[in-house]
Amino acid sequence: MKLTFENRDYLLNPGETVLDCLLRHEQAISHSCQAGACQSCMLRLVEGEVSDEAQIGLKDTLKVRGCFLSCQCVPEGEMKLVRADGDDLCIEAAIQEKGYLNHNTMILRLKSSAAIEECKPGQYFTLITPDNVDRCYSIANDPSVDGFVEFHVRLIPNGAMCEWLKNTAQVGMSVKLRGPAGECFYVGDQDKSYPLVLAGTGTGLAPLYGIVRDALQQGHVGPMILYHGALVEKDLYLVAELNALAGQYKNFSYRPCVLRGEAGQFYTAGHIEDVVLQELPEDKAATRLYLCGAMEFVASLRKKAFLHGLSSRLICSDSFT
Amino acid sequence: MSSLYEQLGGRDAVNAAVDIFYRKMLVDSRVSGFFDNTDMDRQIDKQKAFLTMAFGGPNNYSGLDMAAAHKPLVDRGLNDMHVDVVVEHLASTLRELGVGEEQIAEVARIANSVRDQVLNRAA
Repeated sequence: MKLTFENRDYLLNPGETVLDCLLRHEQAISHSCQAGACQSCMLRLVEGEVSDEAQIGLKDTLKVRGCFLSCQCVPEGEMKLVRADGDDLCIEAAIQEKGYLNHNTMILRLKSSAAIEECKPGQYFTLITPDNVDRCYSIANDPSVDGFVEFHVRLIPNGAMCEWLKNTAQVGMSVKLRGPAGECFYVGDQDKSYPLVLAGTGTGLAPLYGIVRDALQQGHVGPMILYHGALVEKDLYLVAELNALAGQYKNFSYRPCVLRGEAGQFYTAGHIEDVVLQELPEDKAATRLYLCGAMEFVASLRKKAFLHGLSSRLICSDSFT
Repeated sequence: MSSLYEQLGGRDAVNAAVDIFYRKMLVDSRVSGFFDNTDMDRQIDKQKAFLTMAFGGPNNYSGLDMAAAHKPLVDRGLNDMHVDVVVEHLASTLRELGVGEEQIAEVARIANSVRDQVLNRAA
């Protein structure tokens, strides 16, 4: 039987695991326990089937993407595989719209004839300009519904990508997208009643805005609460849209948090981390938490939420550098 | 007679134990400093591999891997006291999960068997 890994074919011995086969052919695959516990030998399926046994213990968001443990997988048919963190092919896209969400955040919408349907709201693409400047941006919408991909771009003074977007990018111009990647997206195959907490700073709102709308679209019935942290009030964005969404869906609430804010406003004045931790749902073991934004924010809240009793497998995060 | 790993519940037991064990380590100021600046997902994967080994499960660690992996921590002051803390939290985790004292002692024995390698001492 044949195994295709990174576009090259390898012959399997009878009863051999994927990991053993690739190691025998001197492919550098990281591995450790070889017992399906440590997850260091994880690969991703592109074509074919993988048994449940090879996905035991993986996060749902990894399972959905076809990730599996190569040490636990004895193929029953032909499989096509890539590294779990490997880049997918580049796709061509064109700028459909660019504008501003607030004083320092741009919105960018891209159209592509390629199969953007397969990406999930909350995952990210690497955007590559014609001059080969590249940067990762999260998907803020459901491209399979809208027919375009939406990014939110924080404008950083003298950032190469920001300068290009502000000064050079025009509607109709071609760019490339590599991906999608990332495991921050809604999972509601079996159960749609668990509590969902989403917290983001800055343009960390982009993936969360995508995930929230995806969850509502898929009929999530559990309580959902979205926290957006900003330094000052004018850094918030999509306030009207999120308030409208909260008005429309009883199980969804929106909590903007402003660090240097004042009491008695439409937002909560204070540190987003404190607000989130104070209000964690009662059923902590079942709560799924999504964290996106600045690295320090994500790392700190992730650890504290875990220590408050959230399950490590139900915390999905994506930090921006 | 089934193996210790099977008696404890195999991979399910590892998955049940890892959050409890890691939480204990993170809140214990005697050892929590070693977990600063580490990626939580990667750290949890490593804890799972460790628990699998300590539960008598299949593992492919060589003594060399063990020593090399812990060398930076030994340089930062990792010593016998810290290993004792690990064994202590391992035991209390298993107690919380309802494991019997005889099996807990066996897990502690396996964990202690790699002490010299972890601390980069010639066995």
